[in-house]
Amino acid sequence: MKYGVEIVGLTLATFLALVAAAFAQDAAFEAHMWILFLVLAVSTIVLMRKTTFAPAGAASIPLNPDTNGYMDGPIRYGAIATVFWGVVGFLVGVVVALQLAFPDLNIEPWFSFGRMRPLHTSAVVFAFGGNALIATSFYVVQRTSRARLFGGDLAWFVFWGYQLFIVMAATGYLLGITQSREYAEPEWYVDLFLTVVWVAYLIVFLGTIVKRKEPHIYVANWFYLSFIVTIAMLHVVNNLAMPVSLFGSKSYSLFAGVQDALTQWWYGHNAVGFFLTAGFLGMMYYFVPKQANRPVYSYRLSIIHFWALIFLYIWAGPHHLHYTALPDWAQTLGMVFSIMLWMPSWGGMINGLMTLSGAWDKVRTDPIIRMMVLAIAFYGMSTFEGPMMSIKAVNSLSHYTDWTIGHVHSGALGWVGMISFAAVYYMVPKLWNRDGLYSLRLVTWHFWLATLGIVVYAAVMWVSGIQQGLMWREYDDQGFLVYSFAESVAAMFPYYVLRALGGVLYLAGALIMAFNITMTILGHRRQETPFDGSVSALQPAE
Amino acid sequence: METYTAMREFADSWMLLAMTVFFVGAVIFAFRPGSRKHAEDAARIPLKDD
Repeated sequence: MKYGVEIVGLTLATFLALVAAAFAQDAAFEAHMWILFLVLAVSTIVLMRKTTFAPAGAASIPLNPDTNGYMDGPIRYGAIATVFWGVVGFLVGVVVALQLAFPDLNIEPWFSFGRMRPLHTSAVVFAFGGNALIATSFYVVQRTSRARLFGGDLAWFVFWGYQLFIVMAATGYLLGITQSREYAEPEWYVDLFLTVVWVAYLIVFLGTIVKRKEPHIYVANWFYLSFIVTIAMLHVVNNLAMPVSLFGSKSYSLFAGVQDALTQWWYGHNAVGFFLTAGFLGMMYYFVPKQANRPVYSYRLSIIHFWALIFLYIWAGPHHLHYTALPDWAQTLGMVFSIMLWMPSWGGMINGLMTLSGAWDKVRTDPIIRMMVLAIAFYGMSTFEGPMMSIKAVNSLSHYTDWTIGHVHSGALGWVGMISFAAVYYMVPKLWNRDGLYSLRLVTWHFWLATLGIVVYAAVMWVSGIQQGLMWREYDDQGFLVYSFAESVAAMFPYYVLRALGGVLYLAGALIMAFNITMTILGHRRQETPFDGSVSALQPAE
Repeated sequence: METYTAMREFADSWMLLAMTVFFVGAVIFAFRPGSRKHAEDAARIPLKDD
């Protein structure tokens, strides 16, 4: 019987969700469990409609066999999920940007800024970025190990389990369920479920590496593996908490006071370091050589890049707690390690960019290469800006201002977003056996809209952030503060409107990508003049 | 001795030494004589496939 175990397991889980809803100790938990019940019930019904009772032998012939021997099904779904969650996440970003400019858009209680903001951050980081990481890691590990994914249908559990985590996290935020830890807002039961999914992910990835046919483990897999292992460690330690009730949504952290704050930022900064950096560097080390058709500039530099990043990043977290109750030595330690991170970051950036040496003409003719170059350039810029902002003197101006928001977005939109778009554009035609994308011209449109959006966003946030910082510390000759806080808020209005405009541009680019990817999957090809000028080239004068 | 003090002393002595030695060892290993050929082969792994 097809899906036998899955159907039994899902039915059981559906029943448990119903029980949890019945015994719920608070209204938010009850609503959350009803949502879980509905999602699981629909999934069970869908699977039951797809099942067959043919003998195992006959049922084992797949409808869409992977001719290349790799397991690409979860990757195809992952590519679609990446595009879908990307559009959703960027859209919510535009909404929260507008909420800041026009407070009337806060629709209480579910769509207030406080609930929408974690929805935006989790949607872009974990839903968009996470799906991109899972899909590309499965793609890369199979092709560089020359082995099919380990664990059979476990990869499907990773994909669907991760989507369920996203849905539970997102609906929880809107219901007001949060443990108030930045980038780790989901409550204890969602955290436990994610741990199970993550361990399954580790088993699939590690198992594929173990059964590889290629003797050497390619460097991209090292980065992916460090991302998976470190996120597991960070997630478990940061979410150590005691629930109030087995049927309640509230829990209390195991840590108190400044220890709690440091644990949170040890987690938070390494979520940036290992989720948004190491994982996407794995992407860079595979997709840039593939698209440029050249090996990485220096393989040995990539090894140094890896070990230096691993050894330094983990100590940088305290720079989020400058001038707080955290001991001074810990603040200084965080600052020093952040500054040392310049070396591996720029080593890696140079390595990525120099991979194109001898192929720079492709920047003009290949919009996907152009996206990769911009992504690596933003990796370099934001990893320069970050250590600079971690210097305590600079931080005293920049902390709690929009400058931080601008910095995060130059890294997230510029580096993470662009390298993921490029990877999706590279993978999709290969995954669906198409000759190429529906339209390269639309990729160019996406590139310029996104680039313009990032530039507007980052520049506006620099100006508003520094203005905020200066207004907050402005004293008159009597020693009184010149501005009240509300005055600095009012002064931000034009910047907040412009920031939303930058977001709209970025969202427009993502919508074009969604259209382009959809048409590619459906098998269409747009008639257009190629970029190398082969059709319209001028003839030399006779 | 308090657990914190013991762990703290271990962390900034033997553990620090172990991590430094490992890191320096990894760098030396990457640049050992004869590694160039191996590294160039490894760099071509993605290009061998599809």
